Amino acid sequence: MSDCYATQGHDSLNQYILHMADNSLVLGQRLCELCTHAPILEEETALMNTSLDLFGQARNWLDYAVANNPELGDCDALAMGRDERHFLNLLLCEQGNGNFADSMARQYLFDVWHRLTLKALCQSQDSQIAAIAAKSIKEVDYHEQRSRNWVIRLGDGTQQSHEYMQSAINDLWSYTDELFVQGDDELQLVAQGIAANQANIEDQWRATVGQTLTEATLTQPTDCFQKFGGKQGEHSEPFGLMLAEMQSLYRAHPGAVW
Amino acid sequence: MNKTDWPLYEVFIRSRHGLSHKHVGSVHAADETMAMENARELYTRRNEGTSIWVVNSNAICASAPEQKDAMFTSPIEKIYRHPSFYQLPASVDKM
Repeated sequence: MSDCYATQGHDSLNQYILHMADNSLVLGQRLCELCTHAPILEEETALMNTSLDLFGQARNWLDYAVANNPELGDCDALAMGRDERHFLNLLLCEQGNGNFADSMARQYLFDVWHRLTLKALCQSQDSQIAAIAAKSIKEVDYHEQRSRNWVIRLGDGTQQSHEYMQSAINDLWSYTDELFVQGDDELQLVAQGIAANQANIEDQWRATVGQTLTEATLTQPTDCFQKFGGKQGEHSEPFGLMLAEMQSLYRAHPGAVW
Repeated sequence: MNKTDWPLYEVFIRSRHGLSHKHVGSVHAADETMAMENARELYTRRNEGTSIWVVNSNAICASAPEQKDAMFTSPIEKIYRHPSFYQLPASVDKM
C-alpha cells in the first residue's frame, strides 16, 4: 500500500484533493475529542454537528481521490491507513483543543479560509471538485458564523475572556501564513482553473479576519514566527498521538463493519 | 458569569409543511443570537424546519394551573360554540 502513496506523490490533482480532505478530517477529529467536554449541552451538540459536517466533507473528497486512483483502496483505507507523513492538512487544523477560546479561534481562522477556498472551488474546471465545494460551502458558511460570534463574544466579553481569546489568537497566528502557500504543483492546478488561487484569497482572509478582530477588541499579532510543512506532510508532534487514537480501531480490525 | 445564569429561551419551529410555528422545547443561551444558534443546532438537525423563533421564557405570560377550572371547564359543555352543525362546502380545504 505504501507504494500507492508514493505514486500519489506524482499526482498533483490527488495531492490537492487529499489536502482538502485532510483539513476537514483532522479538524473534525480534533472537535470530536471535545465530545462530553463542552461547557454546556447546547454547545456540545453544536461542536459535534460541526465535526460531523467536516467528516462528511472529508468523505466526499476521499471518495473522489479513490475514484481517480482506484489502487488507493477506499476512503476508510485513506483516512485510517495512511501514516503521518502522508497527511497533507494545514498545521492550523491539527493544533490541540487547548481551552474553549483556543478551539474557537482555531475554528474561526480556518472557517474563513475554508469558506473563501470553497467559494473559489465552486468555479473549478473540475466538475466534481466544484460539486463537492458547492455542497460543503453551505455548511462552512454556518460554521464561520458561529465561530465568528464566539471570537467576538469572548474577545469583547469580560477581561478574563478577552485575555484567553487574545492569547489564543497570538498562539495560532504562527500557522496562518501556511494557509496561503502554494507549491509548484498546486500553482499548475491554479493555472488550469482547477485549484483555488490563494493569492486572491489571502487579501480577503486578512480583511475579513482583521475586521472581526477589531470588532472583538482584539489585537492582530505582527512579526509572528511562521511555521510551515503540513501541506508537505511535516506535522507537529501531537499530531501523531491524535492520529494513533483516530486510527487504532481500524488498524486493530481492518475492514471491520457493523 | 456562571453558565447556570444563562437565561432560558423557548423555541418555536415552522416545519417544512407546517402552517404555523410550533413549540418544540427550550435552550439556554447568553442572548438572542446564541439562542438562535443553539436552537438551530438542537432542533433542526434532522431537517425539521424552515423557520425558527426564539423567545425569552420570561417574556411568556402563562395561565396559572390552579385557575384551570375557572379558565377552561365552562366551555366543555357549550357544544354550540363548535361549528359542527354546519355542512362545509367541499371546496374548503382547511379549517
